[in-house]
Amino acid sequence: MSAVKRAGADAIAAKGWVIAHKWLILRRLSQFAILALFLLSPLLGAWITKGLLWVAEFTNSPDVMALYQRWIDSSLSRVWIVKGNLNYSYTLGFLPLTDPFVAAQSMLAGHVPEKLGLIGLLITVLFYLLFGGRLFCSWVCPLNIVTDAAGWLRLRLGVKGSVHLGRATRYWIMGMALAGSLLTGTVLWELINPVSMLHRGLFFGIGAAWMVVLAVFLFDLFVMRRGWCGHLCPVGAFYSLLGRWSPLRVAAPARAACNDCMDCFEICPEPQVIRPALKGEANGVGPVILAANCTNCGRCIDVCSKDVFTFDLRFNNPVSTLPLAAPATDRSARV
Amino acid sequence: MKAPTAKSSAARRQFLFDSARMACGVGLLGLGLGLYAKQARALPALALRPPGALAEDQFLGACIRCGLCVRDCPYDTLSLAKPEAPVATGTPYFTARQIPCEMCEDIPCVVACPTGALDHALADINQAKMGVAVLIDHETCLNFLGLRCDVCYRVCPVIDKAITLDHQPNLRTGRHAMFLPTVHSEHCTGCGKCEKACVLEQAAIRVLPPQLAKGELGSHYRIGWEEKNKAGHSLIDESEMLDLPDRMPEGVDLPGHYDPASGKTAPARDLPDGGVLAIPSKPPGLGDSP
Repeated sequence: MSAVKRAGADAIAAKGWVIAHKWLILRRLSQFAILALFLLSPLLGAWITKGLLWVAEFTNSPDVMALYQRWIDSSLSRVWIVKGNLNYSYTLGFLPLTDPFVAAQSMLAGHVPEKLGLIGLLITVLFYLLFGGRLFCSWVCPLNIVTDAAGWLRLRLGVKGSVHLGRATRYWIMGMALAGSLLTGTVLWELINPVSMLHRGLFFGIGAAWMVVLAVFLFDLFVMRRGWCGHLCPVGAFYSLLGRWSPLRVAAPARAACNDCMDCFEICPEPQVIRPALKGEANGVGPVILAANCTNCGRCIDVCSKDVFTFDLRFNNPVSTLPLAAPATDRSARV
Repeated sequence: MKAPTAKSSAARRQFLFDSARMACGVGLLGLGLGLYAKQARALPALALRPPGALAEDQFLGACIRCGLCVRDCPYDTLSLAKPEAPVATGTPYFTARQIPCEMCEDIPCVVACPTGALDHALADINQAKMGVAVLIDHETCLNFLGLRCDVCYRVCPVIDKAITLDHQPNLRTGRHAMFLPTVHSEHCTGCGKCEKACVLEQAAIRVLPPQLAKGELGSHYRIGWEEKNKAGHSLIDESEMLDLPDRMPEGVDLPGHYDPASGKTAPARDLPDGGVLAIPSKPPGLGDSP
């Protein structure tokens, strides 16, 4: 049908499929593993109980029977790995995690969480301050899988045209949600938040939430390119601000090797963040992507056949990254 | 100050225009959300919140929809509202007729709550106020029909306090008693076991939110006999009490009528001792006056 080169094809040819999808695969593993931890909790204990009973009956061994007895007597057989959902979760009766955006709305509505809620808030805030707020978006959020699918399909189907809306819209919506929580005394965005609707739905019964998720998918597919995560979602906006100064960043230290194939721009959910770092040599801008909206998804690292990008620290940001000696000729040869 | 160049002035106008557009658009969205939030506060009567839940408008600001209370409920009583439910999305509730609250002594749902939307000050489950049971239909309740069903009374975890059986003469048969289940709101926790257990197709007794179930006296009202019990004597001087003459048709006398002016009771007809002892003729409060 099309002779158009698919984004990432060069990388696959150069590095092989697996390496050219390394971060994507790790990201999906992370997202699904987190879902699995929430989902398996009630089932895992029951499965082990069944398995032990089956083995005990099959082998007819008193030792296994005793083990089974000890298992069902122990609290381990009833333990939840993770309870709750992304708004607040409690892992192994030990680790509380609180979503900072929800907590912020609740506090503006006039309520301070209990001790565990506050500890959980502290942990998540510190974590995302260090590792980049939008790590949540690309490595944890279940709706990201949906919008990534829409984005992928949009490229595949060659859907042209996209409603224009500034990428700052999400900050306005975030501000509205926070101010609205203050004014109404309710956790306002939770009334319609598709992210928590989806995650909660998966573990507490989805009801009509699938329609909301489908709506986001179709919106991203047909109405606006990267519409939800890239323009509207106030949760992502909040995490952007949270990770504004995080040390962990994607950088383009080998930007001199860039051959302008544009694959990274094509594939990036927030393509505007790449240019300053990738094309900053002439302007005296370092190679680290400092824009808060970068989700640290690492997809640009995957699709670059020249290995321009890598994960790095924000401090590792020299103004110039031109190779010092011999590679100069190498570079002219490429051009 | 530097005079604005044409370029910077155009840029400023563009910025103001963009900001205004954004503020209007997002403001509309906020208005819609705010109205929706207002509606979400109207909790339907039969959806009950877990024990210790704050008042509804407080609750919606404190609850972060995490579902920890649902997870720690040993009886699967609680569930989180789905978007199509008439309860604010993601908040915990239960329906008494389906699964009532078992009133665990350690109240695990409250302990699990990370925000205090379920008030951690609630330590005794008998103090919970999830709602108030109301015997809402006197026409179908079997005990009101004169039978001895008593199921709601028997299953009540606070039996003989929250629900008692009040004996009334059965005027229909003229020779039996009716045992009327009567709820006492100060002891009712709203667990919903009575509603769940009601044997009718549709429960005659239902747990309602307290603000729907309860009337309220005017704050200036004093209940005479309670005040009298508290003070040890009547708060008014009963000898000064004036009983205005009853307007009877002329020439008619009312047998057994107490006349405070003379302090005498008119004799009743057809009774050996004039009926003074047989007919309770004295108005309440005057019974023990000389």
